[in-house]
Amino acid sequence: MARGFGQVRQSGPAMAGGWGARIVAATLILLTLGTLLMVVLQAGGGGLAGPDWAAVRFTVWQALLSALFSVLLAVPVARALFRRRFLGRGALIALLGAPFLLPVIVAVLGLLAVFGRAGMVNRGLEVLGLPAISIYGVHGVVLAHVFLNMPLAVRMILQGWQAVPGERFRLAASLGFGPGAVWRHIERPMLRGVLPGAAVAVFTICLTSFAVALTLGGGPGATTIELGIYQALRFEFDLPRAALLAAVQFALGAAAVLLARGVTVPAGFGAGLDRGGAFAPGGWRRGADGLVIALAAGFVVLPLAAVVAQGLPGIAGLPASVWAAAGRSVLVALASCGVAVSGALVLALAVASGRRFETVAMLPLAASSLVLGTGLFLGLHGWISPARVALPVTVLVNAALSLPFAFRILLPEARGMQADYGRLAASLGLQGMARLRWLVLPRLRRPLGFALGVCAALAMGDLGVITLFAGEDSATLPLVVQRLMGAYRMQAAAGAGLVLIGLSFGLFWLFDYGGRRGADT
Amino acid sequence: MDPPSRLRPSQMECEMKSPIVAAGFCFVASMAAAETPVLNILTYDSFVSEWGPGPAIEKAFEATCGCDLKFTGAGDGAALLARVQLEGAASDADIVLGLDTSLTAQAAATGLFAPHGQPGTNTLPTPFADPLFLPYDWGWFAFVYDKTKLKDAPTSFEALAVSDLKVVIQDPRSSTPGLGLLLWVKAAYGDKAPEIWAALADNIVTVSPGWSEAYGLFLSGEADMVLSYTTSPAYHLIAEKDDTKAAAHFSEGHYLQVEVAGKLAATDQGALADQFLAFMGTDAFQSVIPTTNWMYPAVTPAAGLPAGFETMITPAKSLLMSADEALAAREGALSEWRAALAK
Repeated sequence: MARGFGQVRQSGPAMAGGWGARIVAATLILLTLGTLLMVVLQAGGGGLAGPDWAAVRFTVWQALLSALFSVLLAVPVARALFRRRFLGRGALIALLGAPFLLPVIVAVLGLLAVFGRAGMVNRGLEVLGLPAISIYGVHGVVLAHVFLNMPLAVRMILQGWQAVPGERFRLAASLGFGPGAVWRHIERPMLRGVLPGAAVAVFTICLTSFAVALTLGGGPGATTIELGIYQALRFEFDLPRAALLAAVQFALGAAAVLLARGVTVPAGFGAGLDRGGAFAPGGWRRGADGLVIALAAGFVVLPLAAVVAQGLPGIAGLPASVWAAAGRSVLVALASCGVAVSGALVLALAVASGRRFETVAMLPLAASSLVLGTGLFLGLHGWISPARVALPVTVLVNAALSLPFAFRILLPEARGMQADYGRLAASLGLQGMARLRWLVLPRLRRPLGFALGVCAALAMGDLGVITLFAGEDSATLPLVVQRLMGAYRMQAAAGAGLVLIGLSFGLFWLFDYGGRRGADT
Repeated sequence: MDPPSRLRPSQMECEMKSPIVAAGFCFVASMAAAETPVLNILTYDSFVSEWGPGPAIEKAFEATCGCDLKFTGAGDGAALLARVQLEGAASDADIVLGLDTSLTAQAAATGLFAPHGQPGTNTLPTPFADPLFLPYDWGWFAFVYDKTKLKDAPTSFEALAVSDLKVVIQDPRSSTPGLGLLLWVKAAYGDKAPEIWAALADNIVTVSPGWSEAYGLFLSGEADMVLSYTTSPAYHLIAEKDDTKAAAHFSEGHYLQVEVAGKLAATDQGALADQFLAFMGTDAFQSVIPTTNWMYPAVTPAAGLPAGFETMITPAKSLLMSADEALAAREGALSEWRAALAK
C-alpha cells in the first residue's frame, strides 16, 4: 500500500541475475587466473629475458596494426552492406563469418594460394612482367589477421547500424539530412559505441596469435608472446616463465579492455518501434558502396575458394575415423556454444543493468590456451585420468574461450534493451522466466543467433586443450586434421579440413539464419 | 584375440542378470579384468594415429604378451617430455616412446627414467648406446625438393646460401626437426655457424611452428626445398607412386635424429615394460617402422627394407652430438640463430 508507484523493485530477477553472473564470473576467473596460478606454483627458473621483451613489443605492434586495419576497413564495408540491398546480400553477410572460423593453418594455406609465392596474385604479376611480392613479414601477419578478423568486425559494426532505430533514419530523411549530417548525428555516435569494443576484440585475439605470426612472419623477428609460452612449456619446462609471459599477455588484454571502456560512449538513441529503414544516398556513393562490397567479397571469397578447391579432391578417400571425429566435434560444438552463450547472456544482462563484469567477461580472450590447458592438467591430474574427461574439459574450455565473443555481440543490444525497456519491464513486474521469454529472447534474438553461431563454429575449429587430454577414442576433427598432416597425408588433411569448415560454417549459418529470420519477421 | 573385446560379453551380461547375481558375476569379471595387465605407453600423436606404427605394433605385441597395450598420444616429441615432467612420478605411463636425442639429456635429468637393461644392438650409421634410452628408429635430416622443378640441388649449406633457392624450415623453439637443424649446422660448422645462418637468412622464406606446416607449405609450392628427412621421398614413392621428390645430399654430412624409448622408474609393470623394450628390437616391431613412421628401423629386419628405400640417398657422413653435447650447445646455438635471422 505504502509503496510508491514509481518505486522499482530491485529484488527478484536482478538478484537472481546477480548470482548467476557471479557464478559465471567465478568460473571464468578460475579457468583463466586459477590455471595460471597452478602453473606459477610449479618449480622452475622464471624471469623474463631480453628476447621475451622483444616478443612483447612485436606482439603488441602487430596486434595494434591488425586491430586498426581490421576495424577501419570494416566500417565502409559494414556501411555499404547496411545501406544497399542486392542479390546475394544475405549469403555474403553469412560468408563473412567464415574466415574467422577457419582453423589457422587452413586459413594460412588459403591465403597463400592467393598471396603466396606460387599464388594467384604473383602469377598474375608474372604474366604482366612485374616483380613478385612477398607475403612474409609483418605485413603478411597483419594481412592474415585482417583476413581472419575484419569480417568479424564488419558483423559487429553492421549489428551497430542495425540497432539504430529506423525512426532516427526516417527523421533524418524528413529533416533533409545529407550524408554529412547523418554521419554527424547518427553514424558517428553509433560508431563511438561500437568501434572500441570491436577493436579490443580483434586486438586481444591477435595478442595470442601463434601459428599465423610464426608462419607468415618469416622468422624469429616475428616472435610472439604465445611462442615464448610454447617454448617455455614444451622445450624448457620452465613453468613460472610461461606463467609470467601469460600474465603479461593478460595485463595487455586487460589494459585494452579498460582503455576501450574509457573511450566508449553509448550512442543513446532511445527506444524505437522497429528496426529497418536504411539511409541510402544515391549518386557516386552508390558506386563507391558497390566497389567496397566487391573488394571485400573478393578478399574474403578468393582464399575460401582456394581452400575449397584444395580440399575437394581429398574428400572422397577420407577414412571412417574422420567422420567419427566429425560427429564428436559437432557434439562438442553444440554443447559448448550452449554453455558459452548462456554464460555470456547472464554477464551481458548484468553489465547492462550496471554491474561490473565486463573485464571478467573479456578475460579468456587474453588467456593462453597452452597455459590454461597445462594448469587444468595440473589441477585434474592426480584426481582423475585426463583422458577420461577429455571431452567435458574440451567443452568447458571451448565455451570459456568463445564466451568473450558472445559477450561482445550481446552487450550492445542488451544495453539498448535495458535502456529502452528496462523500466517498463520492471514496472510491469516482468521477471525470471517471463522476462526472458517476453523481453530478452525476442529483443536479443538476432545477436543470440549470431553469438550461438560464432561460438559453435569456434568450438568446432579450436584445438584448445584437447591435445593434452585426448585419449584413444576422443580425437576431435581438428586433431585428426593435424594427425593426417603429421602422416604426410596433406591431401586427406585438406579434405578433412574442408569437412571441418563445412560443418563449422553449417552450424554458424543455421544459428545465425535462425536468429536473423526470427528478428526480421 | 584382444583382451578388451573378450571382456565385453561379460560386461553385457552384468546389465542383464538380476542385481544379486550381477553383483557376484561382475565381481568375478572385474577380477578377470584385473588379471590382464595393462602396459601404458606415452608417445607422440602421429605414432598412435591410424597411419602411424601404433595400431600394428599394438596388435603384434598383444599377440604375445597376454596383456593390454595402451598408447596415449601427447602432441609432438617436445610435448611428450613436457607431459612426462608434468605428471612426474605419479604418471600412469610405464614407457615413454618418442623422445629424440636432442631431448634425452633433459629427460635423464628428471630422474624419472630407469635403465633399460637391454643389450641395445642396433644398425645405426654411428655407434649409439645409452643406458636409459633405447633407439627404435632413426633418420637423417635433409632438405627435400621436387626433381621436376629443381634440376641442380645444392650440395652443401654454403651452396644453398649462395643460391637464390627458397627453403622453409621449422622453428627450433617449437619443433624437434627445427632443433635438429640447429644442431646440424652447429655440428658441421662449430664457431662458423652464425656466418652460415646469416648467409642462409635470405633463402629462408619462413620458419614454421612444426614439421607438418613446413611440409604443407613446400607441397603447395611456397618453397623450393623443405627441411625434412632423407626418407621423406619414400612416402611419396611408396604410398603415392610419385617419384618426383628427392633429398639433397650435403657434403658436410647429415645430422641424425634418433628416436628412443625409456622405461619410467615408477612403473608398476616393470617386467612387462622390459618385455616390450626387448620386443622393440625384433622384426615384428621394426618391420612396421619404415612405411608408417617413414624412418629407418633401429635394427634392420631380416627381410631388409621395403622396396623403394634403396632409391633414397645415403649420406657419406653422419653427424650426431651426444645428448649432453646437444643440451649444452642448444642455448648458445639458439641465440646465434635468432640474432642471425631476426632482422
